[in-house]
Amino acid sequence: MTTPATFNGAPSLLEVDRLTVRVGAEGPAVVEDLSFSLAAGEILALVGESGSGKTMAARAVLDLLPSPLVISAGRIGFDGVDLARLDPQALRRIRGARIGMVFQEPMVSLNPSMTIGRQMAEGLRLHKRLPASEIRARCLAMLERIRIADPERCLAAYPHEFSGGMRQRIMLASVMLLKPALLIADEPTTALDTLAQREVLQLMTELTRENGTAVLMISHDLGMVAHYAQRAVVMRQGRAVEIGDTQRVLLAPQDAYTRRLIDALPRRGAARAPAPSDQAPLLALQDVVVDYAGRRRLFSQGAGTRAVSGVSLTISVGETLALVGASGSGKTTLGRAIAGLVRPSGGEIRFRGRPIGSSAGRDGRAQRLNIQMIFQDPFSSLDPRMRVADIIEEPLRLLPDLSRRERKARAIEMLTDVGLEPQHAGRFPHQLSGGQRQRVAIARAIVRRPAFVVADEPVSALDMTVQKQILALFRRLQERYGFACLFVSHDLGAVEQVADRVAVMEGGRIVETGTRDEVFDRPQHSYTRALLDAAMLLDRSFGDADIRAGEERNLG
Amino acid sequence: MSARAIGFSFAQANGIIGGVIMVVVVAAALIGMMWTPYDPLRLDIMARLQGPSAAHWLGTDEFGRDVLSRLMSGARTSSWISLSTVLFATIGGTAIGVIAGFLRGWADRLMMVANDALLAFPGLLLALGIMAVFGASRNGIIIALGLAYMPTVVRVVRGVVLSIRELEYVEASRVMGNSEFVTMARHIVPNCIAPITVLATSLFGWVLLAESALSFLGLGVPPPAATWGNMLATGRPYIGQAPWLVIFPGLCISVTLLGINLLGDALRDRLDPRMRR
Repeated sequence: MTTPATFNGAPSLLEVDRLTVRVGAEGPAVVEDLSFSLAAGEILALVGESGSGKTMAARAVLDLLPSPLVISAGRIGFDGVDLARLDPQALRRIRGARIGMVFQEPMVSLNPSMTIGRQMAEGLRLHKRLPASEIRARCLAMLERIRIADPERCLAAYPHEFSGGMRQRIMLASVMLLKPALLIADEPTTALDTLAQREVLQLMTELTRENGTAVLMISHDLGMVAHYAQRAVVMRQGRAVEIGDTQRVLLAPQDAYTRRLIDALPRRGAARAPAPSDQAPLLALQDVVVDYAGRRRLFSQGAGTRAVSGVSLTISVGETLALVGASGSGKTTLGRAIAGLVRPSGGEIRFRGRPIGSSAGRDGRAQRLNIQMIFQDPFSSLDPRMRVADIIEEPLRLLPDLSRRERKARAIEMLTDVGLEPQHAGRFPHQLSGGQRQRVAIARAIVRRPAFVVADEPVSALDMTVQKQILALFRRLQERYGFACLFVSHDLGAVEQVADRVAVMEGGRIVETGTRDEVFDRPQHSYTRALLDAAMLLDRSFGDADIRAGEERNLG
Repeated sequence: MSARAIGFSFAQANGIIGGVIMVVVVAAALIGMMWTPYDPLRLDIMARLQGPSAAHWLGTDEFGRDVLSRLMSGARTSSWISLSTVLFATIGGTAIGVIAGFLRGWADRLMMVANDALLAFPGLLLALGIMAVFGASRNGIIIALGLAYMPTVVRVVRGVVLSIRELEYVEASRVMGNSEFVTMARHIVPNCIAPITVLATSLFGWVLLAESALSFLGLGVPPPAATWGNMLATGRPYIGQAPWLVIFPGLCISVTLLGINLLGDALRDRLDPRMRR
């Protein structure tokens, strides 16, 4: 690429020059010839899909590369020293103190057996000579700063007592305690729901601005990058394909791949014709309540929690209802109740007018078989010991009137329907990519032609371009086979693409329902508005006019 | 790339070495059933405690019996006892563990209380107690050691089942309409195989040693029949003047253990489609 430009003419803090990372000294390159620079106080984003080398490029800065990977060429200038050639001793003094890092998974990046207080103090103790009381005072001040209620109690608490978003805020706070000059944030919010995402990112920008810390942000989410980063480096297969101001990169991409990434951003399609209202609903929920039992002890039982409290819904034949809400709102539990994985403790779920679950035996089972489910994580929803063809064929074993050969043929047909090749039939799940695995999971769910499918966050574990393909596939299959769908998601972008109607859930209740356009354009409930505000869709993060004008030009 | 290739061939070589060792042991046991250089039970007081020589390759014991012949006939007894015990403990333990892990609820708790009570006794002590009931015989040892090690298998298998049953592919099987039994047989049990294989191979080692310990206490296979364990035990008093009496049975036990462990690891990788390339 061209010589790295600096931000506002400020001297650069981090200067990565022709960095190459290989698998072993002679192996294939994971990052190749990457150059960029970062000024003090600037936020730069490395953008790309999984396997683009963005994480490895950032890890190379702190020499945190996993075992076979090595820096085989290039310079990483930081404050006048070359980090790529620094001895481990000196590097350790820089890690944490001068360069902090926040990881992707808040659930595992805090040590579950240490109190928050000890973990926060760890860095200070390591890098600064301070009396214990001073360390404690600084931790308390920082917790107050990040608006944690009752900081005293928080210091003595363990990580599991906090939600993912809170943990990520605490993680961020403990890294920022040392006032590093550079913060590396590796997909810091990917695992969080929309509202928590926004909180964490907001906090990150505030804290770094206060301390003049530069941020190297790694992300696959262009919408987020557009909102927070000043400059972006778009990476593909280890190389930078585009570097520049975020606005310029997103509004006038030079590279074909960048354009493809931007096209994959969720856009609302035309609404489908509404389902005829005179028809009886396919699925009707009446005051459904789901409780989780408390922890059982030897002689007593702890207090349970109510995940879903009194939800009523109807879904018509062939319709897609999106169930939106933050994590913990009960949306997944409701989906699982419909799929029969948890038993409601109150209310009624009627499928084609007949209550589910009550009619035991053959009848109830036939009904159950008409409701299928697609799971969130394509890496754990497929049995690792079964071949793709067997996985897709398995649901058909319960249809008695199909011969073996018919089942095989149908599985292969389904395989091509979801956009896989017949040669994938003999593969094991671990030999497929995430997108391919999710295609297999979809095929398994609809191979028996169910009337209703519960899709639990089916694309949230996938890359943006793959998400788009899977959602398009889903829509296509729905048109072809006419199944209705409950689409559970916290990703408003995905919802916008597939939903006919939207129901918003908060604290176990439905707070708003309406057609997609009603909910997105005229949200009634304050919670819905907060969700929509937090969702950083591309056309909201810039002045709407810019993009609209651009699109009109393209059309005209 | 090259590192991975080397690592892979290492793993393969390990499997082959393990396989070769086990073939030799089994061959020795099979040959020992039909032919041994000398009758393993024939006493020859004149030739007692002789060191390795052309006539007696591995020397003779305190009664002048040929050590090589006794090792060969002992190979059959020892490997038969170990194999049967491991199979008994593993199959029984897996069945109980899977059922407990899958049923949950009060049945699980009842089974686990009983199991933990058994686990609280040292394995050998438990085996001693059971031996007292069944008497010192080959089948007695198999039952006693099998029951003594079963609780460990139950614990491990139940833990694996508990972690697998929360995975989404198990839920997917339920949503599909599969009965609980089919889900268990098709999706849960096959995915337990890798940890069970590992456990079974280390169990094999424990049992070989436990058998010699029982013999040492006089509760093993009764003399004059030879097992590696009781050869080790009876040779112990002579360790100063005739070290070959303990060295050769000891070597047999360690090499067999090495072989079974190498073979077990290779088998586990072989049985797991994720490890295959």
